[in-house]
Order: sequence, then structure tokens, then C-alpha cells
Amino acid sequence: MEYHISAPLNKEEIKKLRIGDTVYISGTIYTARDAAHKRMQEALDAGKELPISMENNVIYYMGPSPAREGRPIGSAGPTTASRMDKYAPALLDLGLAAMVGKGKRSPKVKEAVIRNKAVYFAAIGGAGALLSKAITASEVVAYEDLGTEAIRKLTVNEFPVIVVMDCEGNDLYETAPKEYACQ
Amino acid sequence: MRSIQTEDITKTIAELCIKANHYLTPDMASVLENARSSERSPVGCHVLNQLSENLKIAGEDMIPICQDTGMAVVFMEIGQDVHIEGGDLTEAVNEGVRRGYVDGYLRKSVVSDPLLRENTGDNTPAVLYTEIVRGDKLRITVAPKGFGSENMSRVFMLKPADGVEGVKNAILTAVSDAGPNACPPMVVGVGIGGTFEKAALLAKKALLRDVSKGSELSHIADLEKEMLEKINGLGIGPGGLGGTTTALAVNINTYPTHIAGLPVAVNICCHVNRHAVGEL
Ligand code: SF4
Repeated sequence: MEYHISAPLNKEEIKKLRIGDTVYISGTIYTARDAAHKRMQEALDAGKELPISMENNVIYYMGPSPAREGRPIGSAGPTTASRMDKYAPALLDLGLAAMVGKGKRSPKVKEAVIRNKAVYFAAIGGAGALLSKAITASEVVAYEDLGTEAIRKLTVNEFPVIVVMDCEGNDLYETAPKEYACQ
Repeated sequence: MRSIQTEDITKTIAELCIKANHYLTPDMASVLENARSSERSPVGCHVLNQLSENLKIAGEDMIPICQDTGMAVVFMEIGQDVHIEGGDLTEAVNEGVRRGYVDGYLRKSVVSDPLLRENTGDNTPAVLYTEIVRGDKLRITVAPKGFGSENMSRVFMLKPADGVEGVKNAILTAVSDAGPNACPPMVVGVGIGGTFEKAALLAKKALLRDVSKGSELSHIADLEKEMLEKINGLGIGPGGLGGTTTALAVNINTYPTHIAGLPVAVNICCHVNRHAVGEL
């Protein structure tokens, strides 16, 4: 199936997404990768507020290359999601609706996805030039000192992703290779 | 003796950093293109089409092929009749990387201390390997290495009794563990023999070899072919979303080793297998 959805997400709407579906996201999403996740976790541990709200939002695991003059962003493809596995369940429990990255997730993340009826999307790894074309604006909103690892608010238009883990915990990375494996 | 100025080395390295991050070598581009016609999975074909479109955009609009513009691995083959003038060679290399990454709008992905993790802000230092060779030329290869795939690389210290079957298992283990994390379709660089670190270096250098040509050693060329088939039979596919193109090439380099050992290193690279070469 193909869907066009707007972000922040409607949690009812994402319940219908199933692994293998192609989804085009338009609206506002946020970037965060290793260092930003570590800081958010430290903030939570210290009982402080996060710099951005998780509620219904989408986090894109991505650290862009610098933008040339007149462009909103540089190359902007996904990074490996498993490095954020340690931090993701707490953010999902705070209402995070979707994550965009690449690669497999841990059982704990899967449990948190099911518990919160969230979704994990993959963007195509190594297609950063192409994906940058779907980003129309970018603004650093927190942790500016982290450089490429800062939290950015992105405006996206028909940003292409594939559902790799749906709210029931089905995992496309487990099922799809089996179809093409030589026994 | 032929003199080469460090400033020329710096300039060449800066250019090579930018070139490698925007254009793949013709052999890489063509195996990627060929995969589009052999891939059996429709999703796999869709991913491969997007990768081909991505490459086109990268070159035309000067947007790096991938946002992870890597840690700069620099190989220098220095002719024994070359005299380098004008300052410290390592500093000249790092200055080249600095200029390339800053002026070329490339991402700065290097932290100064692996535990304290503060970004150096200019992607230095490079990882530099020098080799003394015959002649009066200086050949520089810049290979920016992304870490999605680097993280999935492995060294196995096998026993001689493990033999070629052990080597095959090691390669398949590394590739299946890498799965979607390494941005397949991958290029698999393998080093067999030498010592612990020599095997890893052989594997890294194997990634620089032309992916459309096999090893010059016939038994190794056969092994490369067999492993490519086996890897593509894993079903991981483009993007890890299932398919028949999991690897584009398996390049194996070998070296003599000790009677008691069989080191095997598997350096996984994504489809953005970057390297650019210049000669002074
Ligand atoms: S593994 Fe390669 S293609 Fe994937 S994000 Fe890293 S550099 Fe880019």
C-alpha cells in the first residue's frame, strides 16, 4: 500500500500502516542521532524537560552534511538506528510516534513500539542526495554545539520511507530476506 | 631525486576528498547500474533505481552521495626517488583533509578522543598509510569510509585446520550480521593471511580494487565468485528489504602467513564504496 501522511502524526492513522507499505511524509519532523539522544537521556535522568516534545512526533536518525549557499540542507540520509536502541524506548513511552532510520532494532525497541502503537520507518541508506530533495527547510532547535548531531526541525515534502516495523511488531528485515534466500 | 612540495600534496588531497564524495569510480557505478537489470525483487529494483538517481543528483548538484562523508583514509605510495619538501608530510595530509571537508561542504564526523568524543570540527586527523615503492612518483588514494558499514567489519583469527571452509563461514557470518545496517548492496573486502593487523589492511585495500575484475590468482578469483553467489543467496537485498543483490562484489587480497595461523578480515563497505586517486 502507499500512503501520504502528515507530520506530526495522527496516532490512529499510523495504526493501519503495515510492513512493506510505502509512505510519503509531509510536514515537520526532527533529527537526532547518537549525541543528541545521549543528552536527552541525561535530561530525563535529571528530571528536566526535553528540548522538543515527543508527542506524535517523528525523529529522523540523521546528521546532514553542511548546506551549500541557498540550499536548506546538504546530503541527508538515515544513519544506523540500532545505536539509538538504548534510548528509544523511553522516548516512545513519552509519545514519540515514529522513528526513521536504517537497520534492525532491539527486542526492547520492538516491545516499546507495540506498547505505544508506534512505527519504525526505513529511509534508503546511502541515498542522502536524493532524500535531501524532499527537505524544504531546516533549523537547529537544540544542542547547537553538537554540529551535525544537533537537533534540527525539518520541513519535509513527500519524504519517502518504507514501514519496516509496524505497531504490531512485524519486522520487514526479518520477513523480506527469507523470501529471496536460497535454501 | 625528484622534489615534491607538501603544498601540492595538500591541494591534491583536498580535491580527492571532494571528488570521492560526489562521484563513484566508473567500475563501481557500472556494477551498481548492472544490478538493476539482474535484481529479482520489485522493492529491490526500486531501491536500486533510487540509488542510481541519487548518484546522478550527487554529481550534478554537488551534494555528497551520502551524508556520512566518512573518515578520510589516505594511502600514499611514495617513490623511493622522491624528496618531499616544504614541511611535515602528516600535517600536509591533514591540511588537505581539512580543506577538502571544510571547503567542500562535507560532514565533519571525527571525534578527537574515542572516549571523550569531542568533534574535531574539520574531519581531521586522516588515517594515513604510507608505502615506499620504486620510482619518482607519488600516488595518493583518498578513501572516505562511512561507519555504518565499518562498524560491521570483523577480524577472525582462524586455525589452519579451519581451511577454506572456515574462511567462507567467516565471510558469510560478517555479511549476514551486517544485514541492513551496512546499506546493502555492499562491497565486501576480504584480507586473508599476514598477521592480525595485516589482514585488516589487506581487507581495506581490497575495497580499492576494481570491482569488475577478479583476483589475479585463479583459486582466489574462484573463491570471490563463489562467495558473491553465496552472499547474494542470503536474500538480504538492496536496503536489506529482501532481494538478490546483497553484494556487488567480493574482493579478496592475500598475503603469506605463519604456520600456526589463518587470519581473515572482512571489511564491509556499502554501495558508496568511495575512493579517488591522484598522482604527483
Ligand atoms: S554505510 Fe555507507 S551508505 Fe550507509 S550511511 Fe554509511 S556511508 Fe552512507
